[in-house]
Amino acid sequence: MESLGNIWNLGLKELFSLWRDKVLLVFVLVAFTFMVYTAGSAGSMELHNAPIAVVDEDQTVLSGRIINSLQQPWFMAPELVRFDQIDQLLDKGSHTFALVIPADFERDVRQGKPVSVQLDIDATRMTQAFIGAGYIERFITSEVAEFLAPGSSTAELPVNLVSHISFNPNLNGTWFGGVMELITQITMISIILTGAALIREREHGTVEHLMVMPLRPFEIMAAKVWANGIVVMLAATLSVTLVIQEWLAVPVRGSVALFLLGALIHLFSTTAIGVLIGTVARTMPQFGLLLILTILPLQLLSGGITPRESMPQLVQDIMLAAPTTHFVSMAQAILYRGAGLDVVWPQMLALAAIGAVFFGTALMLFRRHLAI
Amino acid sequence: MDDVVARLDGVSHHYGSRIALKDVSLGLPAGCMVGLIGPDGVGKSTLLALVSGARELQQGSLVVFGGDMARPRYRDRVSPRIAYMPQGLGGNLYHTLTVDENIDFFADLFGLTGPSRAGQIQRLLDATGLMAFRDRPAGKLSGGMKQKLGLCCALIHNPDLLILDEPTTGVDPLSRKRFWDLIETIRAQQPGMSVVVATAYMEEAERFDWLVAMDGGEVLATGSPGALRSRTGTATLDDAFIALLPENRDDRELTGEASVAGFDVGSDSQAVPAIEAKNLTQRFGDFTAVRDVSFSIRKGEIFGFLGSNGCGKTTTMKMLTGLLTPTEGDVALFGAPLNARDLATRSRVGYMSQSFSLYGELTVRQNLNLHARLFHLPKQRIEARIQELVQDFDLADVMDQLAGALPLGVRQRLSLAVAVVHSPELLILDEPTSGVDPGARNRFWTMLQRLSRQDGVTIFISTHFMNEGERCDRISLMHAGEVLACDTPQALIEHCSGDSLEVAFMETLEAVNQEPEKTGDGVVLEATRSQPVSRRFSPRRLWAYGRREARELLRDPIRMAFAFLGSALLMLILGYGITMDVEDLPFAVLDQDQTPQSRDYVTAFSGSRYFVEQTPIASMEALDERMRSGDISLAIIIPPGFGKDLKRGRDTEIGVWVDGAMPFRGETIQGYVQGLHYSYLMELFQRTYGVAPSLSLVDVQDRYRYNQDFRSLDAMVPAVIPILLIFIPAILMALGIVREKELGSITNLYVTPVTRLEFLLGKQLPYIAFSMVSYVSLVVLAILVFEVPLKGGLPTLTLAALLFVTATTGLGQVISAFASTQIAALAATAILTILPTVQFSGMTEPVSSLDGAAALIGQFWPATWFLQISRGVFTKGLSFSDMHRDFLTLAAFLPVLTLLSVTLLRKQGR
Repeated sequence: MESLGNIWNLGLKELFSLWRDKVLLVFVLVAFTFMVYTAGSAGSMELHNAPIAVVDEDQTVLSGRIINSLQQPWFMAPELVRFDQIDQLLDKGSHTFALVIPADFERDVRQGKPVSVQLDIDATRMTQAFIGAGYIERFITSEVAEFLAPGSSTAELPVNLVSHISFNPNLNGTWFGGVMELITQITMISIILTGAALIREREHGTVEHLMVMPLRPFEIMAAKVWANGIVVMLAATLSVTLVIQEWLAVPVRGSVALFLLGALIHLFSTTAIGVLIGTVARTMPQFGLLLILTILPLQLLSGGITPRESMPQLVQDIMLAAPTTHFVSMAQAILYRGAGLDVVWPQMLALAAIGAVFFGTALMLFRRHLAI
Repeated sequence: MDDVVARLDGVSHHYGSRIALKDVSLGLPAGCMVGLIGPDGVGKSTLLALVSGARELQQGSLVVFGGDMARPRYRDRVSPRIAYMPQGLGGNLYHTLTVDENIDFFADLFGLTGPSRAGQIQRLLDATGLMAFRDRPAGKLSGGMKQKLGLCCALIHNPDLLILDEPTTGVDPLSRKRFWDLIETIRAQQPGMSVVVATAYMEEAERFDWLVAMDGGEVLATGSPGALRSRTGTATLDDAFIALLPENRDDRELTGEASVAGFDVGSDSQAVPAIEAKNLTQRFGDFTAVRDVSFSIRKGEIFGFLGSNGCGKTTTMKMLTGLLTPTEGDVALFGAPLNARDLATRSRVGYMSQSFSLYGELTVRQNLNLHARLFHLPKQRIEARIQELVQDFDLADVMDQLAGALPLGVRQRLSLAVAVVHSPELLILDEPTSGVDPGARNRFWTMLQRLSRQDGVTIFISTHFMNEGERCDRISLMHAGEVLACDTPQALIEHCSGDSLEVAFMETLEAVNQEPEKTGDGVVLEATRSQPVSRRFSPRRLWAYGRREARELLRDPIRMAFAFLGSALLMLILGYGITMDVEDLPFAVLDQDQTPQSRDYVTAFSGSRYFVEQTPIASMEALDERMRSGDISLAIIIPPGFGKDLKRGRDTEIGVWVDGAMPFRGETIQGYVQGLHYSYLMELFQRTYGVAPSLSLVDVQDRYRYNQDFRSLDAMVPAVIPILLIFIPAILMALGIVREKELGSITNLYVTPVTRLEFLLGKQLPYIAFSMVSYVSLVVLAILVFEVPLKGGLPTLTLAALLFVTATTGLGQVISAFASTQIAALAATAILTILPTVQFSGMTEPVSSLDGAAALIGQFWPATWFLQISRGVFTKGLSFSDMHRDFLTLAAFLPVLTLLSVTLLRKQGR
């Protein structure tokens, strides 16, 4: 009971301190509103505004139709270029695709001769390259078929393929970018706030002061965890309801409350990481370097930027120990797929377990650090 | 005008809402030693900083050497005639640099060259006795030596006006005496030089020619020490100062020793001592902070620790509170060995650490309340106890003010109130009175004596004020980690030749002194006038800053190791981890047909490297469920009768469900499914009819360029290099400048002739060099470990990298210009750089495909352009001429960022 009282009182103190650091608060606000909004409205990795150049050596109705079929939102308005410009355009990186429609294309099509078009693709643009090539192929095929026999483009194959996209029928990137950015910010801000709180306390010499009072390291740490966690929680709630649901108009399928519950468990481990880094780092530059060292893998390898399944097995296994991995998969399940507690409980459990391990380690180091 | 070196007229200064100077009008006489006296926080430092040009004049007029200091042009011209030594031990020094390096740095800033430079340095080192310590880092000098070195650096350019802000605070009496002797010598040789000094020691002020007594931002009185004493009719300056305070000040109370019953030493000598320390030793690495210290403090005694800063007082106290575990020796509190984990002991002890250990962001009431709760006073007692404390410590008027905004004297009363909130039996106070005015100090001691005599509290206190030592029951004289003597003040005074504790201490110190005496012939400064210093861009000053920063960086091996190993490690993790190949996707089949034909269809998928088959789906409900949980990303539904229909040539239909939660992956899966579906059909025809049909009339010949095997590494590794070269350089650079702000060495920018551009570029150079080394290691890693072929020229890439790291360090400078704390700089760098670099710079998708603000940010982000070049050189084998536009854009960032930093950085403090 006494211990709970201490944690509560120390936490309140923590909140007061944060309230006085207006610069930090402004950055927190920027992170959860502007940054999330910008990432959400950026469009994302699906085919979107892909730059394409076309060499039209045919100059016929059919070639015109093909060029017209390559349009927004998938492609930017195709730019007509000369054949000898292709290399330069691709080298410059201004265009991802260059399509060459050969002379006599329409004539050959009419005569039923086998025709081919050449498509140059900048394969270093991995995301667009593959998806875009598929789109271009489909557009050309259906334009040619439609040209030969209007209405035939929907002709049935012996086995028809009916594709459905679940959860995000238009594969709208806005839905994705905003939420993933929110997750990044939750992780990053909670680590910075907690670590900074600890370093601030050390700079002002108040850590020593706390240590000569009848307080346990556990209480000091738990207070930091709950107080900073609650601030991030508040900002995250605001961000989900206002930025994601209102401004970005992302239709959230699942329960926001459940997502926030997950975020809360996630915060337990990230704030512990904050204490951990704040304890290990002796100076601010060291804290900064450690922060970068931690935050980049947490963000880039969580599955929020690139699909997790495709990472090397070793990386996948290591990243199982990172809270973000579970949080990302849980957030996707809840927000996009409308999953309930019955589906996401394993992730929540994993998050709690990871949190407990980090908290335990941080506590151990924190204790030792204070003992020195 | 000739006899006045500086004239202030109606000068006011405030920090936020706090007023530091209130309408001060004052003329400081030239050619003499002017002393500013008064407690901390009354505006002494502000006044000195204004006169030196370190702070910007807010209101009023200030004329120094007959010119207006508000005019930047004049200030630039006059600054080489002024030397300023800020407050704090070695406040203008760089602690990792050696004595020589520090002096060289200042000599470079003032453009000293040739034999006159060498002579000047030689004479200064001789006079200060620092000659023997030329290779020692400034941080490892004793307090007195640090101050002498600070003086050397200040005098290097023969100034006409020397401004010293509390140069001897916290320095032991012997060093203090030597410091003033040195100043006397210099003044005797340079009669034209004016010296303005702020001090907290009234004894020192007796030696000055002319005094300014200040309080609350106002000048109370001016005149010679004798004049001040006779005007107030008092015997000492301490008393004179108190008498000068306005009538309504509550701490206006003479220091006349309140008669206090002496401590009866003999009465309970049998009793258990409150503290018993035996042979305490504390080592930090090869440095021994405290050596073999023993003492025993009886209950109810006031025991004093006297010594200079850094002599081991604080370390000893920390060992007594359990904050530090002694390397050797034992501590017993109340007769039991000290156990740092024992919470019960802690509630019998009150501790007041050197830095006022209060939460400045809480009000007085909140502070008292918080501590009462943390010490678990019973709820109903809390209010009553707070009332008692407010009464005893006279805090009623300030209850709802922020502790951080209180005057020092009040804050320190609050600290004591907080330390005794739980009525401890033992109080450990670490320099509780430093920086507090004499009146407040007197009140404080009255409180301590009451606590000791009335409540029987044992008090262990450290101080560097000798007159406070006289009020203790017993004192220890400490120096360089050792206790030199320990007895009652009377006994110590009796043993020495003089009649004060000061003399006693000085004689004890002289017996063990290792501090060097001066060497050489005694002429300290050449009688030449200071030379005019060029205000035009000077490579020498730039280089001085660059070399200094590089030395500091090289001497922080932890930072270096972190940065190098860290970026290599990140390169490995990210290079392998981020991959755009979409493979091994989990899929499952709802096979309602269960014929060889349906199984054949599924094989087309499970056989590809893109998909991995999971246990079949039982029903439509199960499909929903498994899609929702993310267990599978693709579900295939084969309708009943699929095999039959296929054999009979009837049209049939396969349904697929693709997880669209991650749009990029969804698109890719769709593409794969279509491809596999068609190839299945082809194969089916081939087997059935022996010929492959032409399903499409057009053959689209895809030519994947630059990366034919679609090797993700080849695309990602060149993109990871820009990412790593932005964060670490930007953060290190930003903290590099903000650190100077926090540590105070930024003053050197304010008061020396160095320009903002020289300062910024000079500091930037080492970080650029450092980042380039990091770049080389990343490229080596990319080529050797990741085996990414470098198709283009290395010089092209290196040139781009050079431009890029210059831009990213420039970015760090811009951030540091507006951030004033390291935490804010760190948060700002992290928040502002990570998102644009990872998402908007074209790493995963081209900038041209972005929308809205993101597209704009992407265009104006250096990483975008370097990424373009990096991929161009690595994968496309492009040359400089192919990418001159990207180079130009990248180069365009440099002047913009530097200009922005120069504009944002201030040449004066506020």
